[in-house]
Amino acid sequence: MSDSPGSPDLLVRMEGIDKTFPGVHALDQARFELRPGEIHALVGENGAGKSTLMKILGGVYSKDAGRIVIKGQEVTIPNPRAAQGLGISMIHQELNLMPHLTIAQNIFIGREPRAGLPFWLNERGVNEAANKLFDLMHLKLDPRMKVSDLTVAKQQMVEIAKALSFNSSVLIMDEPTAALTDTEIAELFRIVRSLRESGVGVVHISHRLEELKQISDRITVMRDGRTIDTVNTADVTLDKIISMMVGRTIYESKPELPEKPSQDVVLEARNLNRGAVLKDVSFQLKRGEILGFAGLVGAGRTEVARAIFGADPLDSGEIYINGKKASIKSPSDAVRSGIAYLSEDRKRYGLALKMDVETNVALAAFRKFLGVLGWVNTAGTKAMATKYVEALAIKTPSISQKVQNLSGGNQQKVIIGKWLTADTDILIFDEPTRGIDVGAKSEIYRLLNDLAQQGKSIIMISSELPEVLRMSHRVIVMCEGRITGELSAAEADQERIMTYATMRSQSVIANGSENPPTPAATGV
Amino acid sequence: MTTNAAPAQTSAPRTSLLRSDAAQRFMAFGALILMFIIFSLLSPYFLTGSNISGILIATAVNGILAIGVTFVIITSGIDLSVGTVMTLTTVMMGKVVTDWGMPIPIGLLAGIVTGLAAGFVNGFLITKAKLPPFIATLGMLNVARGLSLVISNVKPIYFDENPAFNQIAMGVFIDLSRFIPGLVINNAVLILFGAAILASLILSKTVLGRYTFALGSNEEAARLSGVNVHRWKIAVYMLTGFFSALAGIVMASRINSAQPSLGQGYELDAIAAAVIGGTSLSGGEGSILGTVIGAFLISTLSNGLKILSVPPEWQIVVTGLIVWLAVWLDIIRRRK
Ligand SMILES: Nc1ncnc2c1ncn2[C@@H]1O[C@H](COP(=O)(O)OP(=O)(O)OP(=O)(O)O)[C@@H](O)[C@H]1O
Ligand SMILES: [Mg+2]
Repeated sequence: MSDSPGSPDLLVRMEGIDKTFPGVHALDQARFELRPGEIHALVGENGAGKSTLMKILGGVYSKDAGRIVIKGQEVTIPNPRAAQGLGISMIHQELNLMPHLTIAQNIFIGREPRAGLPFWLNERGVNEAANKLFDLMHLKLDPRMKVSDLTVAKQQMVEIAKALSFNSSVLIMDEPTAALTDTEIAELFRIVRSLRESGVGVVHISHRLEELKQISDRITVMRDGRTIDTVNTADVTLDKIISMMVGRTIYESKPELPEKPSQDVVLEARNLNRGAVLKDVSFQLKRGEILGFAGLVGAGRTEVARAIFGADPLDSGEIYINGKKASIKSPSDAVRSGIAYLSEDRKRYGLALKMDVETNVALAAFRKFLGVLGWVNTAGTKAMATKYVEALAIKTPSISQKVQNLSGGNQQKVIIGKWLTADTDILIFDEPTRGIDVGAKSEIYRLLNDLAQQGKSIIMISSELPEVLRMSHRVIVMCEGRITGELSAAEADQERIMTYATMRSQSVIANGSENPPTPAATGV
Repeated sequence: MTTNAAPAQTSAPRTSLLRSDAAQRFMAFGALILMFIIFSLLSPYFLTGSNISGILIATAVNGILAIGVTFVIITSGIDLSVGTVMTLTTVMMGKVVTDWGMPIPIGLLAGIVTGLAAGFVNGFLITKAKLPPFIATLGMLNVARGLSLVISNVKPIYFDENPAFNQIAMGVFIDLSRFIPGLVINNAVLILFGAAILASLILSKTVLGRYTFALGSNEEAARLSGVNVHRWKIAVYMLTGFFSALAGIVMASRINSAQPSLGQGYELDAIAAAVIGGTSLSGGEGSILGTVIGAFLISTLSNGLKILSVPPEWQIVVTGLIVWLAVWLDIIRRRK
């Protein structure tokens, strides 16, 4: 290697990093370096070791072997606090917030401003500091809101605000954009670019490869725990990056849209209303159709899905399944009516993290494997799990691995496998490819097409426009709780969708805080 | 308070006042008032000065224990040892004051140190030895009970030689009997309210309180944010131990003795009081005010039933029903 270990113009240098988990050699002589004032992309397939490598730098995991040099000094990083002390802050792939605490309390947890006495909190100071931060980020959030009342996207913005608040010289972002829409991503990139100006080194992990061309200066590719190479972004094509990631040239065949769906309406929603989030939502889903739902985050797409799935109560509106009025009061009613829902927030709703891959895959279809006296046909569940582990290329040492030990993208694949086994007629996928690598993405597209061809009907909510355009027979666009447009596959293009997605209604919703501070601890 | 930009577009407004944990406190308080009305209609003795004094003093010990246990429950832990640790602290005080003839303040200090030490051991076993809180404190329940018997030689220790000792809890702080016959506010009640104010301040205004909620809400997130979760968790269990010792002081002083076989079962009343007051067993939520209301609810209930000559066995059954009701209402409220 050309630079000497003490080279002062490097912020971070990691070399010979090794890490083994039971049954998994996660990192094998991995190396990585970061210069001040650069945005450095880190890419690789699901399970390649990206998060593990960065968690070692962030003090979350300890390395088995190797050295870490920061600004010319060899260091050990035993815990997250030590990483903070070295000027490293990290946005984790999974949200790591405390839902019962407020936004500001979350951001400053562990380093709360004090008021005079050493243990005394300065609550006003916390909120003011958070507001200052939001001003810089052009973010409109009330720091006193509880985190549990925020959408996933807003929670992600809180994570970003928190990482920025450290004023670190190294900022690690593990898939920060996965839950964000284009406008928020643009805002994030603006912030990141200004950090680069001021000499911060930024590590950016993402599966949205188009993004990397826009934002990164250099790209490091990992595969199977090894660092393949680091290249200048300007010097390579995306195809080149992909082939480095997967170790061969895959060429992505654009799958043909399945044939025209039939005209049978399997699901119809009429005038769904719920508070300010759903307003007169009506649409039809046909047999064998893939119906895309596009819109900005907060447009109400997830709320439509949750309403149909019985997860949130409706104020008014009717749902018809195969022409018959259905009364769906809870998710279990929905499953009985043949509806499956893959939620966007996998950690909260999608997985039994402490259980193994097999159980998770079989969970939604256990009834199929039940014998007399509730005996579970384990041969059946095993076969099923094995099938989907192969079909979706889930990277796991075995089907008895706990799901929480899988990489983020592989957890997502497990959820998809779970709903595929459920074998329901109507499938709602909310951001199905979030955090999934290129190879697996096309595999999931292929599976969705197959399902549609078999006569299943699919609602696909996605914030990635190219994905919606490529997959859908028909696209419904939402804005502020209303359906603002419907486009056939032929009519749909990015521009039209964005026009509808920003078509705000005339009546502006009252600008009051929707979440007034509770009169806590007032003597009742 | 800073009033900044209102959130322009956020998720569904899922929080309403009804769902806030203030609602549970409100309900518990309403139930307490209702209970007062019903009992005073059913019995002329209920709303007399001396009976009210009795309820107040009967709440002191359980209330202070419940305040302590509220902290660990908010961290999504549990402490089953608060009752027997309280007993152990009384035995230590008896040992120091009566058997060794040391001054009372030294005795009180010995009790408090004992409580803190028990809390430390609980916290240490939970964080470093990774025992589940239920198991760690179940062990402590027995260890403390056994030690109380060993240290006292299975005999009560009396404080008769020190008349001042009894005054700690039973001294009359405010005498209202001139206005309402029989109504006096004892020091024990004062200690309860002092403890409640102290605990409220700790919970809402200090770093320890903030981390108590943080641990219960998402411990991993706190750890990744650089919070030394082990150290703070130990601190929380020590705080609970401190309140057990405080309850021990009130207890020993009230009955003017250390009764080594007393104490078991107190933990359940303490946990019940916290839960009735809206503290969530899954962590992240709770308040001292709610716990104190819960403690008053329990003692008012058993006092009222006693006045109505309901046998004590049935009083216990009713307490159980109240816990079910409170937790069930809490679940309904959350589902809304
Ligand atoms: N705590 C753990 N216990 C066991 N195995 C683990 C653990 N964490 C990660 N692994 C394994 O280490 C490998 C690398 O995982 P890592 O999370 O670093 O992947 P990644 O590159 O971030 O993937 P993704 O793009 O899906 O997030 C995976 O095979 C994963 O299953
Ligand atoms: Mg990862």
